[in-house]
Amino acid sequence: MFEITRINARSCSLLGQRGAIFGLAALEAAREDEKFVLLTADLATLSGMTKYIDRYPDRFHNVGIAEQNMIGIAAGLAAEGFHPCATTYATFITMRSCEQIRHFCGYMKEKIIVVGSGAGLSQGFAGNTHYTMEDLAVMRSIPNMTIMSPADGASAVKQFELARTAEGAVYMRLTGNLNCPMVYKDDVSFEIGKANLLKEGHDVVIFAVGTMVSTALKAATLLEGKGIGATVYDLFSVKPVDREAILSAKQYRLAVTVEEHNKMGGLGAAVAEVMTGQTGMPKLLRCGIHDRFDTAGDYEGLLAQNKLTPELLAEDITSAVNK
Amino acid sequence: MDLKQFAKELRLSALKMACDCGKNGSHVGSGLSSIEIMATLYGDVLKYDVNHPADENRDRLVVSKGHCVLAYYSALNKVGFLSDEDIASFETNGSHFHGHAMRNLKHGIEFSGGSLGMGMSFAVGLALSCKKKGLSCRVFALVGDGECDEGLIWEAAMSAAHYQLDNFMVIVDRNKLQYDGPTELVMNPLDLAKKFEAFGFDVQVADGHDCNALSKALKKMADKPMCVIADTVKGKGVSFMEGVKEWHHHTLSQEEYEQAVKEVANV
Repeated sequence: MFEITRINARSCSLLGQRGAIFGLAALEAAREDEKFVLLTADLATLSGMTKYIDRYPDRFHNVGIAEQNMIGIAAGLAAEGFHPCATTYATFITMRSCEQIRHFCGYMKEKIIVVGSGAGLSQGFAGNTHYTMEDLAVMRSIPNMTIMSPADGASAVKQFELARTAEGAVYMRLTGNLNCPMVYKDDVSFEIGKANLLKEGHDVVIFAVGTMVSTALKAATLLEGKGIGATVYDLFSVKPVDREAILSAKQYRLAVTVEEHNKMGGLGAAVAEVMTGQTGMPKLLRCGIHDRFDTAGDYEGLLAQNKLTPELLAEDITSAVNK
Repeated sequence: MDLKQFAKELRLSALKMACDCGKNGSHVGSGLSSIEIMATLYGDVLKYDVNHPADENRDRLVVSKGHCVLAYYSALNKVGFLSDEDIASFETNGSHFHGHAMRNLKHGIEFSGGSLGMGMSFAVGLALSCKKKGLSCRVFALVGDGECDEGLIWEAAMSAAHYQLDNFMVIVDRNKLQYDGPTELVMNPLDLAKKFEAFGFDVQVADGHDCNALSKALKKMADKPMCVIADTVKGKGVSFMEGVKEWHHHTLSQEEYEQAVKEVANV
């Protein structure tokens, strides 16, 4: 069982979410569980799997650039009692092999931990083919899927452990790059379907996911300077989502969702679905990637284009709360 | 077992199911093209125990061309995996028995069919697992020739050779017709045998309606993945269905059923 400490939180942050999972958590999984098998589609080196491959060559399969076949093979392994984890870029694993995930994980209920890395805008100059702003919308609508999106490297390791014990298939959405911001510096427990309350304020409640948790916390500090108190939740469990936390929005003047995903179909939609039909709910401000393909930019530039920096987010929240 | 007689029983059962499901219709043509393949597999080739359907040492059959359920359910019924009530519930509300089979090891069904190409990839995963577990069983995938239009078939074929799965055999029901017409006109597969050979398979071509020829081909072992192209006729055994694309999915009236039964019974 991985326990977050200030030291390992820092190393996980340096490795990024992907590096922390495949450089640490997968090794631990293979050590603990002889049925654990890791699959990738020509993304082993980038994912930091070298140590894993050296240590567990018989429990590693690189299927080549064939994401659909990777999920099919993983399903066959799962059906025979193995515990497969399949990974590549989020855009390809959730959309190129979307129907395989629907068929094998959703319909046939084969337990695969599907890890999509580089979700959101972190691919920077690689361009729009490599960004992922649709995966939550797509994966959320598949029955029998659990979806988690960690806020930082250390919580990614903890949530990978959670995914291993979860019932049924899990999609893990990894955002950010190397040197991702730290959110959790001390040990904390995560439970599927439960949001983590990180900060409390009286005016606004912010539901954030992935790298946007850190951004939301920074925005909340900026808001404090303007006299606006903000509560911040890490809604890492995108499906099932924490209804109770969302319904607590009644106490606030404004509810906000922040995600590195299209404003449509992702966390904002999940929160709106819970709020719909409830009385006494505040206005909901949904922040995320605009529904368009962006022009070239580095990661920071792309986040700014989509108003997903702490400063721009705080500005949007301030004007919404004062309206 | 008299495989020819077994095949005849399966064909009669398939026709009855097609008639009984009434106006819902069923995949008659493809059900009939795969009758001898099913008869040979369940009557002579596959290792299975209906009393221990999840036995680790069983051979696995993945019916990737999931629409051939008339033949598949009939075979599972005749060997004891499915009851008469089970197949009588085919395409009725609330039934487990859709127009495409759903995985349930108690029913002897390894894979949920219906989305073409998927089963081949899944079967590679099963074969790889059996190797990892050191089992001596075999894994078969039954695919259609139209299904070979799917890219996933070839991704899976590439990986079967890469992982040296000499416990894996793909059987292609080469009935030469797909939904919209002749395979050569819709999307020409050219020489499937050469294609599988090029993908690293040991390939045999057999008469898909000759159980003895099929038996010999399906029992052959090689030191690499194997492929049997079963040369078949869509709608086989019923004169007004053979090679007629409209019978891909069709209703079977009482009158047509009686005519079909007469033809099959008299062979």
